[in-house]
Amino acid sequence: MRFIFKTDYDQDIRILKHGGYWWSYGILLAALIALPFLVGSYLQSQVVFVFIYAIVGVALMILTGFTGQASLGHAAFLAIGAYTAAYLQKLGVPFIVYFPAAAILTGIVGAMVGFPALRLTGIYLVIATIAFAFIVEEILARWESVTHGNEGMRVRTLDIVGMPLPRDGEAFYFLCLLTLVGSIVLALNLLRSPTGRAFVAIRDSETAGKSMGIDLAAYKVKSFAISAAITGLAGVLFAHKMTFISPEMFTLLLSIEFIMVIIIGGAFGVHGAVFGAIFIVMVDPFLTALKDDVPVLAASVASSFGMASDAAAKLRDTMSSIGSAAGLKGAIYGLIIMMFILFEPYGLYGRWLKVKLFFQLFPLYKKATFKRQKTYVKSERNR
Amino acid sequence: MSFFTVDSISLQFGGLKAVDSVSFSVAKGEIFTIIGPNGAGKTSIFNLISRLYNPTSGKLFFEGSDITEVPPHQIAKLGIARTFQNIELFENATMLANLLVGRHCHATTQLWQDMLFLPSVRRAEKEHRHKVEEVIEFLDLQAYREKLIAGLPYGVRKVIEVARALCSEPKLILLDEPSSGLNVEETDDMSFWIRDIRTELGITVLMVEHDMSLVNRVSDRVLALNYGKVLATGTPAEVQAHPDVIAAYLGA
Repeated sequence: MRFIFKTDYDQDIRILKHGGYWWSYGILLAALIALPFLVGSYLQSQVVFVFIYAIVGVALMILTGFTGQASLGHAAFLAIGAYTAAYLQKLGVPFIVYFPAAAILTGIVGAMVGFPALRLTGIYLVIATIAFAFIVEEILARWESVTHGNEGMRVRTLDIVGMPLPRDGEAFYFLCLLTLVGSIVLALNLLRSPTGRAFVAIRDSETAGKSMGIDLAAYKVKSFAISAAITGLAGVLFAHKMTFISPEMFTLLLSIEFIMVIIIGGAFGVHGAVFGAIFIVMVDPFLTALKDDVPVLAASVASSFGMASDAAAKLRDTMSSIGSAAGLKGAIYGLIIMMFILFEPYGLYGRWLKVKLFFQLFPLYKKATFKRQKTYVKSERNR
Repeated sequence: MSFFTVDSISLQFGGLKAVDSVSFSVAKGEIFTIIGPNGAGKTSIFNLISRLYNPTSGKLFFEGSDITEVPPHQIAKLGIARTFQNIELFENATMLANLLVGRHCHATTQLWQDMLFLPSVRRAEKEHRHKVEEVIEFLDLQAYREKLIAGLPYGVRKVIEVARALCSEPKLILLDEPSSGLNVEETDDMSFWIRDIRTELGITVLMVEHDMSLVNRVSDRVLALNYGKVLATGTPAEVQAHPDVIAAYLGA
């Protein structure tokens, strides 16, 4: 166990609290900087997707994790960022202008979505954000003069003042890494300042927050705006990574993936967004591999146990047709979310902390440390 | 004009008159207690003062100005802080974070400054922290700085809620049943603190309380309430001897 002797308020304000932080995050950052020179292009591309998902994860963490306002509309914010980039790039606007412009525009839209949130809570807010996402999807499909409708839009190679950043290059990788680190620092800055504390206060008790002088309306709108703006940035990177965007890429399923990022990662800290993003990006190729391999494997196991070869072939075909059934991915995602909420409510980051504590306290770790207690005493909520 | 005045305030939920034209005024530096049987409307009065409820009629005056129309989040800035009967702390945060939220009404930095954590924000944070430390010292809470509220015992949470209210540097503090759920020893501590809040910090105290021994020990004046109506006002002894009050508690 590390005990820190505190002699200064700055020690509590600092993001990197002690030497251990410098070491561990320094090594992580060095590894991430070295990564594109060490691994192949497939893995590098996957890591870029992890970065993009993690940026959205950080955005959603601010809104859902800290402020307690659920949203299933973040695919729409991503779409607004992506389309702003594509459209402005077509008009010849340089990247250094349309990158922040996308964030500002998405932020404004986010603030507008935030207003209904003042009156809606819980499941009703979720429904409102889904409705918003459908509206955006519909607008993207219909506003053909700007978005080219369902044909989609081609996004040209990213270009920073004459220097091209191809989507598979190291430079694009570093741009995504920089944006992620930037949004994480921003989120941590918020958390250690009055604004972030107000967000957390709204999550835990609106009544108490109000009597402590927190203007609920203003802070909910702020939270929505910041979250949307960061998602807009991710949208620009997403558009350039995909090189082609169309309305059907920004569906409800994508919003659900974003919610999964923070639920699976652990919706109580910025780390969770990164853990969750890694999980989500890695689960897709895993499921694809499973879809291809499991039927073959099952058939060969069955035939080795004496099943007739035509029956084994039939089993293989049945299993692969189940594997390629539409909507299976959504069902599996739903199952994963349920399992995490039931058995690992603090997500992967929570599990990480538990393992860390186990080694820190060894052999004195007690299981009850993380036991969830039900609190029955809750004041009447003066809604 | 007195320090804090409630002028014939009423609160009606449909046909139920929870508070029925209640008037009283509190002098600066006084400890004023509202007593009454369950459902008498005590907490409703507090919710009216902290503007969580809108009064059906009547007015509230604080330091000579009308606060009946002030939105709830500006009440703290005016200098009125409160605690809640069943504790409304931010459970998934440390005590320090909770107390710093108490400083929110003194926050001056803007959103963009917070995002970048400019030197001005750092400076303001240190000032907030300094004030918080004063309150921690005042209420002897040094042991709990980094502890999550969810893991703390009830008695400590109760004190932390008072601490959070004190962090906003109020002129008037509303304590809603400060001794509920506390054992005898903790109630004794609470009574000392309530008096210290008045004498050392010079804060006027308005509280709702059931524990008559605590009321007798600390209150300057008491108001007895039943069915939303004022039964009697006066010193603790006067109010307890009042026939209507005895009737309300024991039955006629």
